[in-house]
Amino acid sequence: MLIQFVLNGKPVAVDVAAYDLLADVVREKLGLTGTHIGCDTSQCGACVVHIDGRSVKSCSTLAVTLEGAKVTTIEGLASPSGQLHPMQQAFHEQHGLQCGFCTPGMVMSAVDFASRNPNPTPAEAAAGIEGNFCRCTGYQNIVKSVIAGAAAMRVVK
Amino acid sequence: MLNFEYLRPSTVTEAGAMLGKMSEARPLAGGMTLIPAMKLRLAAPTALVDLAGVPELNGIKVDGKTVIVGAMTKHADVAASADVRRLIPALADLAGGIGDAQVRNKGTLGGSIANNDPAACYPAAVLALGATVTTNRRKIAADSFFTGMFETALEPGEIVTGVTFPVPAAAAYEKFRSPASRYALVGVFVAKTTGGVRVAVTGAATCVFRASAIESILAEKFSAEALASLRFPADGLNSDLHGDAQYRAQLVGVLTKRAVAKLS
Ligand SMILES: Cc1cc2nc3c(=O)[nH]c(=O)nc-3n(C[C@H](O)[C@H](O)[C@H](O)COP(=O)(O)OP(=O)(O)OC[C@H]3O[C@@H](n4cnc5c(N)ncnc54)[C@H](O)[C@@H]3O)c2cc1C
Ligand code: FES
Ligand code: FES
Repeated sequence: MLIQFVLNGKPVAVDVAAYDLLADVVREKLGLTGTHIGCDTSQCGACVVHIDGRSVKSCSTLAVTLEGAKVTTIEGLASPSGQLHPMQQAFHEQHGLQCGFCTPGMVMSAVDFASRNPNPTPAEAAAGIEGNFCRCTGYQNIVKSVIAGAAAMRVVK
Repeated sequence: MLNFEYLRPSTVTEAGAMLGKMSEARPLAGGMTLIPAMKLRLAAPTALVDLAGVPELNGIKVDGKTVIVGAMTKHADVAASADVRRLIPALADLAGGIGDAQVRNKGTLGGSIANNDPAACYPAAVLALGATVTTNRRKIAADSFFTGMFETALEPGEIVTGVTFPVPAAAAYEKFRSPASRYALVGVFVAKTTGGVRVAVTGAATCVFRASAIESILAEKFSAEALASLRFPADGLNSDLHGDAQYRAQLVGVLTKRAVAKLS
């Protein structure tokens, strides 16, 4: 089946089978390997992308359902000139990552969260990234990053 | 995942016809339960009928003393709805506490109750509030909808179109979450309805159930103190790696008291 959607601001057309998951399509067919796959049970959040502005798990989304949708992956956050998104910059500055496996999903969840909660408390920030597991950091610096990123997003707006 | 046919109807009638034609076809809602199950080959439907393109299944309406939630309404939208927050805040709280933000951005009311996971949250609200489930064929009272573990009164090919929740005088949901899956290890929904006090328990047994012994105590005196000597029986409750039947029985008591305390 040929499906067409907007990926990171550019229209794409890609041939998919009914069972192809969005995570596999962006990684294998469209060459964007920033979206990670960390589990089989829809629990880890490494695969989070935005569909029509909402964060969702791309490992649990059939690509065929996306005809006409707007999809943003981690690759679509930085500006074309390479300037990091304020949330990416905050993760960098606050040491919000170690191995980096969870980071793309973490950042995508955080951007969606901060756009709805521009000034979160630490508890709210932690609840906002509940669907993202990190096996390295212990979450402390991730929560700091989310708060700093939300603050930077307020300024950019 | 095994291959299947993908169908995208735009009306309930069309969806019903598609499901009626193929016995192994299944509706697809948010896919948050069905897709993982298909990945693990616990489910292998030959066709998926995607309900996302059926506008009449989505949305929240207030009608007199009821709130009608469409089957395809996402948990995030129920949690954020000003009407639900105003009229049945406990329902908004429940929806806002399901899984995580990404599960709430896709998962739906219809998918949750059709699936009837023993640890799901929505079945407790539907049962305690004495709601009515509407399908493409009939109306089903909550008391006869949830029939067993992952079992409901739905017939093959029947589609949940929405749920009508009567507005209660007061209601509260208390959940003890599994820290890993975030489903209810036990969840208790207490509602003061026109038909009396109703208490529904999820997560504790193979299927959501009404705790009639607790209901009678609360009908006499609606206070946490009235439950002070409550020892909920562990017979028939689940024992698994997350907790044994005694532990769950204890949680039923604790969570009921917390819910009642919230309302007094
Ligand atoms: C990590 C994670 C955490 C979760 N935590 C919780 C939690 O804390 N509490 C909780 O309650 N749930 C939890 N869930 C489950 C979640 O709420 C699901 O969204 C829900 O159970 C299924 O809804 P869905 O819309 O995704 O349905 P789907 O997965 O699309 O469908 C589920 C089943 O229902 C059938 N179906 C769907 N819609 C209809 C309809 N309208 N009529 C008839 N049949 C239909 C499908 O054919 C399928 O058999 C969690 C899920 C995940 C992945
Ligand atoms: S890969 Fe783990 S939630 Fe998607
Ligand atoms: S940084 Fe390694 S899993 Fe999060």
